[in-house]
Amino acid sequence: MTSEQAFSTFTAEGLVCVRGERVVFTRLDLSLASGEAMFLLGPNGSGKSSLLRVLAGLLKPAAGRLTWNHQALAEDREGHAARIHYVGHHDAIKPVLSVMENLRFWGRLHDPLAGDAAVKAALERFGLWHLRQVPGKLLSAGQKRRLNLARLLAAPASLWLLDEPSVALDKASVKTLEAVIAEHRANGGMVILSTHADVSLPGATELHLDRFTPTTPPEFWA
Amino acid sequence: MHRFANPARFLRLASVIQPWTAAVTLLLIGAGLYFGLLVSPADYQQGETVRIMYVHVPAAWVAMAAYSCMAGASAVGLIWKHPLADLIAKSASPIGASFTFLCLVTGSLWGKPMWGTWWAWDARLTSMLILFFLYLGHMALLNAFDDPGRGMKAAAILALAGFVNVPVIKFSVDWWNTLHQPASVTRLGMPKIDPSMLLPLLLMGVGFTMFFVTVLLLRVRLEVLAAKIRAIRLTQIHGMPGADPSGEALG
Amino acid sequence: MSRLSEIIRRDLRLALRQGSDSVMVVTFFVLTVVLFPFGLGPETNLLERTSAGVLWVTALLASMLSLDRLFLADYEDGSLELLALTPTALELLVIGKVVAHWLTTGLPLMVAAPVLAVLLHMHADGFGTLLLTMLLGTPTLSLIGAMGAALVLGARRGGVLLSLLVLPLYVPVLILGVGAIDAAVQGLPADGLLLMLGGFLLGALPLAPWAAAAALRQALE
Repeated sequence: MTSEQAFSTFTAEGLVCVRGERVVFTRLDLSLASGEAMFLLGPNGSGKSSLLRVLAGLLKPAAGRLTWNHQALAEDREGHAARIHYVGHHDAIKPVLSVMENLRFWGRLHDPLAGDAAVKAALERFGLWHLRQVPGKLLSAGQKRRLNLARLLAAPASLWLLDEPSVALDKASVKTLEAVIAEHRANGGMVILSTHADVSLPGATELHLDRFTPTTPPEFWA
Repeated sequence: MHRFANPARFLRLASVIQPWTAAVTLLLIGAGLYFGLLVSPADYQQGETVRIMYVHVPAAWVAMAAYSCMAGASAVGLIWKHPLADLIAKSASPIGASFTFLCLVTGSLWGKPMWGTWWAWDARLTSMLILFFLYLGHMALLNAFDDPGRGMKAAAILALAGFVNVPVIKFSVDWWNTLHQPASVTRLGMPKIDPSMLLPLLLMGVGFTMFFVTVLLLRVRLEVLAAKIRAIRLTQIHGMPGADPSGEALG
Repeated sequence: MSRLSEIIRRDLRLALRQGSDSVMVVTFFVLTVVLFPFGLGPETNLLERTSAGVLWVTALLASMLSLDRLFLADYEDGSLELLALTPTALELLVIGKVVAHWLTTGLPLMVAAPVLAVLLHMHADGFGTLLLTMLLGTPTLSLIGAMGAALVLGARRGGVLLSLLVLPLYVPVLILGVGAIDAAVQGLPADGLLLMLGGFLLGALPLAPWAAAAALRQALE
């Protein structure tokens, strides 16, 4: 990670998320500054994944806005995309490409200047360097997840949005993930993640999503 | 954004307008049929069969106008995220498809006495046939998703793409037709128009349009009500918060 | 731009390693064209007269075969989300995928077409125009097809639905392509028709990726 990131803030104001025709959460505010981390908590269906997708820019909120250093993000989708890494439920690994090819593709797509050195470092960090020639189809679920997480290091980005990153990871890999996140935060990065309670991030704040479930039926069709 | 789209106001407005459009529809189509079938003269070449024109040509007009209406509503739905616009596009397409079908059937009925065959690859009929397929694709896409919202958005993009393509299709079919059609076959459409023919044609044209508007209003009202019912069901399924206090940190 | 070449290279590599649809597409093309003499009878005159139409109709159908997979694999394994989160216009990535699709299906069809034209006794004057129409027409098919493929992502019976959406939009390409070949065979100038075919391609080049990208974003929501 390069440490040239200046101090930045990321905020969401009054987010409303509608999935299908159901309002998942309303009037959700959050704010995060360089070096901070946030856990998303809440029962099934409270919208943890949806919120991460909204924050990533994959899902348009029905209302509300996102800002980066007090600049609204709605007009700058590509600029936002350059600042974030999103890890979702799927590992986005092509079965016929090798570990190295898979990661190199995502690294270069995120940042065309990202060199192979960063890819190599990322693979070593997540214990995949010895598997670099192995095609994706031969990887176990845990190895796939580690390869997906290695994207975080293959190209720099300030804000990491991680949706259940510890699924399929063994204890040692969770420790690696915790260490990687700690370094990222030490360098001024931000992390928002939803997870079972098995990742420990000292000083992380918590956001309980069930507090934002709507209390009235959706006003539009009512 | 939802603030600008007020279905309650729409429902009130529609229920006021609809009886009027229905009455005007009956009046115009009644008058159109009277002038078309009884008053206007038979064509000296085509005889009585020319009267099919009073259904065929207005149906073609409305079929094309309905597609434009659908594309316009789709654009509004895509750009301004207006939920009513999506519902209008969704409701317009089966009506437009019905008019296209009516146009094709009357064209075929008209073709039999004129060409001695139920179907000739006449440029207009062929264009209408392709328009019919465009409508079918739109309707199929609308209903192909479990989430009705997703279907409406995808169908909106398709409607716009189709709208851009329609002139190209029309042009290429016309060109193809002049290349292959033997000159002896008369084209369907309006012969040298006599005022006594123009009046019923226009009456029927406006009458069909009003019929389109009436049915469209009815369908949109039904769609709004259906969306309401779905919203009520959803709140029943997911319950109102506070009912389930076990807010565990599990996902 | 380097991102564009990155995605083209990835898709070509995937096509190459997965045993590729190219072979399937060309086999379908050859096999279907060969069926026509059985259906129509082997008369040279009849085959010659219908050759342009048979070749183009079959090419349309063949180019649709691999379309439904264009975005589906990326959609299912989560790659599409990451592509949409690439710091560049999604339209550009769509163009990249269309280029790769054309190289693996349109181009092989173009190469196979003259051989099949020989089997159908196409007049010698038609061959050059046949290649030109394929060169200008098949990219349009890939572009329009990409839009259709993006629209049906996540739909029930996506494959059948795709053909319903896309085939009516293919009509101008078919008419202009066959018209140009027929004109050339009859010794008439085909330039105007080829220009129109090219114009259609130029029109589809910005519009289809735009529509496809919009559809992909909808699919990911």
